[in-house]
Amino acid sequence: MSAVEITAPGRRAGRMGRAQIVNVALALGLVGFGLGAWATGETFLITLATKVAILGIAGAGLNLVLGFGGLVSFGHAAYFGLGGYASGILAHHALNYTPMFEWPFVFEGSTSMPVIWITAMLVGALAALLIGALSLRTTGVYFIMITLAFGQMIFYFAISWPAYGGEDGLPIYVRNGFPGLNTLDPIQFFGLACAVLFAVLGVTAMLVRSRFGLALQAARQNRQRLMAVGIRPGGVLLVAFVISGAITALAGALYADLNRFVSPSMLSWHLSGELLVFLILGGTGRLFAPLAGAGLYIVLEHLLGGVSDHWQFFFGLMLLGVVLFARGGVIGFLAGGKRNG
Amino acid sequence: MSMILLIEQLLNGLQSGLMLFLMAAGLTLVFGVMGLINLAHGSLYMVGAFACAGVAAATGSFWLGLAASIAAAAAAGAIVEVAVIRRLYARDHLDQVLATFALILIFSEGTRWLYGSFPLYLNVPPSLSGSVTLPGGIQYSLFRLAIIGAGLAVAAGLFLLIGKTRIGVQVRAGEADREMIAALGVDIRRLYTLVFALGAALAGMAGALVGTIQSVQVGMGEPVLILAFVVIVIGGIGSIKGALIGALLVGVTDTMGRVLLPSAFALVMETSAATSMGAALASMAIYILMAMVLIVKPGGLFGARA
Repeated sequence: MSAVEITAPGRRAGRMGRAQIVNVALALGLVGFGLGAWATGETFLITLATKVAILGIAGAGLNLVLGFGGLVSFGHAAYFGLGGYASGILAHHALNYTPMFEWPFVFEGSTSMPVIWITAMLVGALAALLIGALSLRTTGVYFIMITLAFGQMIFYFAISWPAYGGEDGLPIYVRNGFPGLNTLDPIQFFGLACAVLFAVLGVTAMLVRSRFGLALQAARQNRQRLMAVGIRPGGVLLVAFVISGAITALAGALYADLNRFVSPSMLSWHLSGELLVFLILGGTGRLFAPLAGAGLYIVLEHLLGGVSDHWQFFFGLMLLGVVLFARGGVIGFLAGGKRNG
Repeated sequence: MSMILLIEQLLNGLQSGLMLFLMAAGLTLVFGVMGLINLAHGSLYMVGAFACAGVAAATGSFWLGLAASIAAAAAAGAIVEVAVIRRLYARDHLDQVLATFALILIFSEGTRWLYGSFPLYLNVPPSLSGSVTLPGGIQYSLFRLAIIGAGLAVAAGLFLLIGKTRIGVQVRAGEADREMIAALGVDIRRLYTLVFALGAALAGMAGALVGTIQSVQVGMGEPVLILAFVVIVIGGIGSIKGALIGALLVGVTDTMGRVLLPSAFALVMETSAATSMGAALASMAIYILMAMVLIVKPGGLFGARA
């Protein structure tokens, strides 16, 4: 169920049903694809499905600010990459037995996913707080360029700081562990990624329907009116930006574990662009847009990549066509109903 | 740190700043007049560089290559404007970002298809190779000096064009109120194509000149594009004067930061740590500059709108 329909009571009965069916179908499709690949022993396809789930989490983070808050952040790779580096650096210290810091207490690093996830989310939230506080002073096209520029700042820092591999990146020799699971088993790691994805989508749905979420959507639709009812849009948007940064960083930590490798490419502006592409392909402002978009993107990458080395050329043409002529994305096409605001 | 090295780096900063200005001028004009954010501007820079490399290799003349870079980028700009960009003026910024992002994919992958992934190298024309001795005994590359001269000349020409000519009046009027200028009988569609092609030509020229110093390869436009964004955010979107001042600030800060910061840290820590710390901070210097400008003036130094 997407909150968009809640703001459009006239369409409620029919549309909500269809959107819900599409959402359930998407969720079942992902889980079913993973299980099917497992049953037939296609490890590569399980990895592909895991990638979709993780990129879906990252997209969900961006969707909170872009789809519901109307902020076009072109620098979300920053949080994704910071989450990845949080995972890589903690594991690096733990695996090499070199304490990260010895004061005020000795900290050895960690290979435990819960510890890594919390660290990644804190790092992502802190970065989003700093970048958001500065960037939200501006609006519109300034905001796009400034988030892009801050993303590049972190990218160049990662490239020129040699302690953690610099341009070469940082390998994670053994995938980090989760209590009670064998994360080295692809299907168990896939299950974990799916669980996180559905938890994040659930939290997003709750947030969007809460008072906070209504204020957030109001900030997208009309800042003056929001101020008129006594809510400062800046504060609401900053909180959303921080939550979004934390979610995206969580996805980054999982992605680093999927590849067992972190490199500055996770911070690159191409990735920020791809996250935006997921949402537009899926249908901006729809709860399941990130999953639909990431799935479609990965499937296309896989299929077109098999046909031609220059698949990005054809993908570019297709994306251009979608933006110019087919607004509303996959979910808009399947579920119908125009999104408000 | 010798004075000579410092002046030499200052000149390098000036040179890279002026090339950034050629990029930023087109971006800021397109945003100011049409309200469009164009990510594909870096692709036009790349088109210029490849056209120059291709024609220079075929004819042996750098000057024909330079002319080809300007013509090819202007033509590519005009075609893209008519085919795609024109449909985006009324759309929101998100659609503009995504459509021009798609254009980058098309341009980059198309160029890789045609030329392969290996970098091409351009030769400095014989009449501009070698170095000159500046007052004070500084040896400096003649070609870089020529680029500084060309950048200053183009900047002056652009200010004259915008400030003193009929086209310039129309561009400024288009910036202020596009409905009104259309009502006054100016063909606004042609004006938009013209402005876009002009910006593209400047980007193509910058691509050819910088490509001669560095190398010509796929993806070369993207780092420059982002620097040009920083420039126009600092200068204020839509302002040519702001773009010039912002470009010089960014060019000099970036170049000097890379030289001075490592030696500054070397005063307080050991050399290898100072080098890495200095390099890491130098790569962030222009973004810190941008953040500081934004804290003081959220609309940029010369921006009309925030």
